[in-house]
Amino acid sequence: MGNVPTSVKHCLSYEQLIEDYPWLKRWLQEEKTITGHEYPQFVKIVEVGPRDGLQNEKEIVPTGVKIQLIDMLSGTGLSVIEATSFVSSKWVPQMADHTDVLRGIQRAPHVRYPVLTPNMQGFQDAVAAGATEVAVFGSASETFSKKNINCSIDESMLRFEEVINAAKERQIPVRGYVSCALGCPHEGQIDPSKVAEVAKRLYEMGCYEISLGDTIGIGTPGSMFKMLQKVMKEVPVSALAVHCHDTCGQALPNILTALQMGVCVVDSAVAGLGGCPFAQGSSGNVSTEDVLYMLHGIGIETGVNLVKVVEAGHFICNALCRKTNSKVAQARGRTLCFSAKE
Amino acid sequence: MAAVLKLVNKSTLTAAMGQQHLAAISAAKAGVRAGRSLPEQVKIVEVGPRDGLQNEKTIVPTEAKIHLIDMLSESGLSVIEATSFVSPKWVPQMADQQEVMKGIRRRPGVSYPVLTPNLRGFQAAMKAGAAEVAIFGAASELFSKKNINCSVDESLRRFDEVMKAAKEAGVPVRGYVSCVAGCPYEGKVAPEKVAHVAQRLYSMGCYEISLGDTVGVATPGSMAEMLEAVSRAVPVSALAVHCHDTYGQALANILVALQMGVSVVDSSVAGLGGCPYAQGASGNVATEDVVYMLHGLGIQTGVDLSRLMDAGAFICRTLNRKTSSKVAQATCKL
Repeated sequence: MGNVPTSVKHCLSYEQLIEDYPWLKRWLQEEKTITGHEYPQFVKIVEVGPRDGLQNEKEIVPTGVKIQLIDMLSGTGLSVIEATSFVSSKWVPQMADHTDVLRGIQRAPHVRYPVLTPNMQGFQDAVAAGATEVAVFGSASETFSKKNINCSIDESMLRFEEVINAAKERQIPVRGYVSCALGCPHEGQIDPSKVAEVAKRLYEMGCYEISLGDTIGIGTPGSMFKMLQKVMKEVPVSALAVHCHDTCGQALPNILTALQMGVCVVDSAVAGLGGCPFAQGSSGNVSTEDVLYMLHGIGIETGVNLVKVVEAGHFICNALCRKTNSKVAQARGRTLCFSAKE
Repeated sequence: MAAVLKLVNKSTLTAAMGQQHLAAISAAKAGVRAGRSLPEQVKIVEVGPRDGLQNEKTIVPTEAKIHLIDMLSESGLSVIEATSFVSPKWVPQMADQQEVMKGIRRRPGVSYPVLTPNLRGFQAAMKAGAAEVAIFGAASELFSKKNINCSVDESLRRFDEVMKAAKEAGVPVRGYVSCVAGCPYEGKVAPEKVAHVAQRLYSMGCYEISLGDTVGVATPGSMAEMLEAVSRAVPVSALAVHCHDTYGQALANILVALQMGVSVVDSSVAGLGGCPYAQGASGNVATEDVVYMLHGLGIQTGVDLSRLMDAGAFICRTLNRKTSSKVAQATCKL
């Protein structure tokens, strides 16, 4: 265009604009507006049913069933499936078969299978079993940290630093979790600044993504908004995920709030597996099926086939002899009516 | 595009600076869209005693219905839908409509609307002392035919006589639109059709239009689309949402409605009333769960959640069923 000021070139040619600022194209495509509300175009679902879900189910599930569940989930389009936990079987008997599960699953290409590794021992066992991604779990509540893993937050961070450094040497990505992000069963309200502080530490230590967990499901869109506002000042929103529990029925509006704030990674569990260990008989994890229904209804892409997830959910519920916690799954089999979008 | 040009018409902008500028804008925008102003107060319209019980299989004794309404009256709710003046042949649960209306202890400041599907029902309601009534139309032709055996237009014409009689008696009328997101027979329902029916009811004289997602298929996407169309035809201050939780979407849908300026929400204590179109699936959203969300957002409702839960516990004991409210299930165990 010759001797024309750059700003004018940009007004005249969109192609020139994008050539000079390639990051702009991604930004323009990243957001999708539906009648004034902006949402990410794509949301990654992190399926935690086989680990977080089963861990909180009373009945011990045979290894073969766990493997079959993960294999079914691998065929649904999910790109991340948390497979198991390398924690001592003394504490978590459900995860005693961690090595057999990790070795037994049929790993689909383009799917990742992170495993929990609370300490170096767990990390080494995970690597020996063929793990290619791990996760560590911090807490925003001191009391919860002490009661859950028998050490303070600071002490737990030192443990995780060891794991993260070992993982870095092997180029194994690490995901960080912050529990009690919206409340603690022992301390009650949790200061959002504390959540931000723990998230920042995990991120700076090298976790590629931080999943903020409403461990007892007492959060509401109000507290989710305030917490994310603080955390987003310390950790880029593209590295954040939300892990909402549905104990008080608030999971979907909380997730919606997070999406409106730019979060584009959501944890959920097929069939809403896993009750709340702090409220006997209450629900825990939000159901993947219900999350998918909402996201697809908003026009957000996930790459996941809802019908196949419902099938996997029915499979594991039959194996556990329990009803699904997913309302979508409950409604689908019996209804005369259609669903908005699938 | 204009916003983008505004952003980059600074010829010294480097990619790095752009990213920072972008991050700041993103954070600000994120704050704006999620924290967009919500109403300070929301009116809850409690439909448990009518819509809720109407869809429960077990016939509830009259005294228990009266006791439920009395307990709800003490919880701070300002509107409690008490009963329906429909023929007992069609809705046996509402056969004791007269006794319920006469038996309840009316708290000052609380209104007790009743459904009146036709002039006869309206007259019976007046005789029983009703001071507010409700009529309904469907946004789906097939649903209207299957439900009340006439077209949408015809049903609205039938309500003309009720509206006239209500005006003469100085009785306010609330309008309901069903199938605002989807119909069990027709499938997807066009937002323009919903707007048309809402506008008709409003211009006939209904002071408020409650938009019902009868089969619970709406999501925040379809809810926003529908509300956008309706609020072009009816002022948003006259709109209410009546969300069903059949697909677990009710609270998310309500949140979006609030973000769009709606400040009246229908719900049912303990989530009473399953979905008649999906056996065993849930129907009405639970008032306890709605109130929990609203209070968490700092929105005032005037409702005392623990008294509300007492009412829910009472009716569930009477019906010998578990509550559908997650808050009620979880509370006292945390």
